[in-house]
Amino acid sequence: MNDFDEPTADEVDSYYLKVKKDAESSGYHLNADVEFTKELLKSILINIKRYGHAACPCRLASGDRQDDLDIICPCDYRDPDLVDYGACYCGLYISGVILSGEKKLQPIPERRPSPDEREEMKANTGFKISTELSKPVWRCKVCGYLCARDKPPEICPICKVSGDRFEKFI
Amino acid sequence: MVMQHVEGQDKGKLVLFALSTCGWCKKTRALIEDIGASYDYVYVDLEKGKEREEVIEMVKKWNPQVSFPILVINDEKTIVGFKEDEIKEEIG
Repeated sequence: MNDFDEPTADEVDSYYLKVKKDAESSGYHLNADVEFTKELLKSILINIKRYGHAACPCRLASGDRQDDLDIICPCDYRDPDLVDYGACYCGLYISGVILSGEKKLQPIPERRPSPDEREEMKANTGFKISTELSKPVWRCKVCGYLCARDKPPEICPICKVSGDRFEKFI
Repeated sequence: MVMQHVEGQDKGKLVLFALSTCGWCKKTRALIEDIGASYDYVYVDLEKGKEREEVIEMVKKWNPQVSFPILVINDEKTIVGFKEDEIKEEIG
């Protein structure tokens, strides 16, 4: 059904360990249902092979990195969904209340704007504050980390996403 | 577009739009198969070129947000997402 080899169990296992370590070192939790979690991570590996980037397995990616930027895992919607629902859209990342069993994991509504809304947003990108700053301030769209420097960092030091996930904030 | 057919009991016309990589889509398929209903499904992410555009246009009619899974019952009712109770109520 696919045009490429499926990731092997070893590839999935080592990716699982890496993602889990990165998540826990920045204060996040992976879903404790290891079978479900590995299946999602295997799907992300498939998307990396298919598109060249780690597109969300539970959303329809276009394959164009620019169009898919907001849904490259971890996506722009993970943190607000963790706050509101205790889990990301896929159920890959969960919050402490779900991890402890206090709340049950449920499918959650889609927060990403619809294709039509995204087209509209592209057309209206006006957000300006005029200030006297020595450096621009960059904001990580995934975790909200702010830094004042000429360009965003290559990798977010907090949540480890790539520098193209930053927006100019001020 | 390649619709895959799964044999089972007749519970009305069931069409599932899904993604081959999505965990909730897998759970939805497993639930329909547990119920034992006959249904058709398509993995939208595996479609290519013109056929992909056509299936996305079709999906937009049922769910403008283009989120998955989408279960279409008798060309009328749609259930978006893995809503276990709602699916059981409709076809269980």
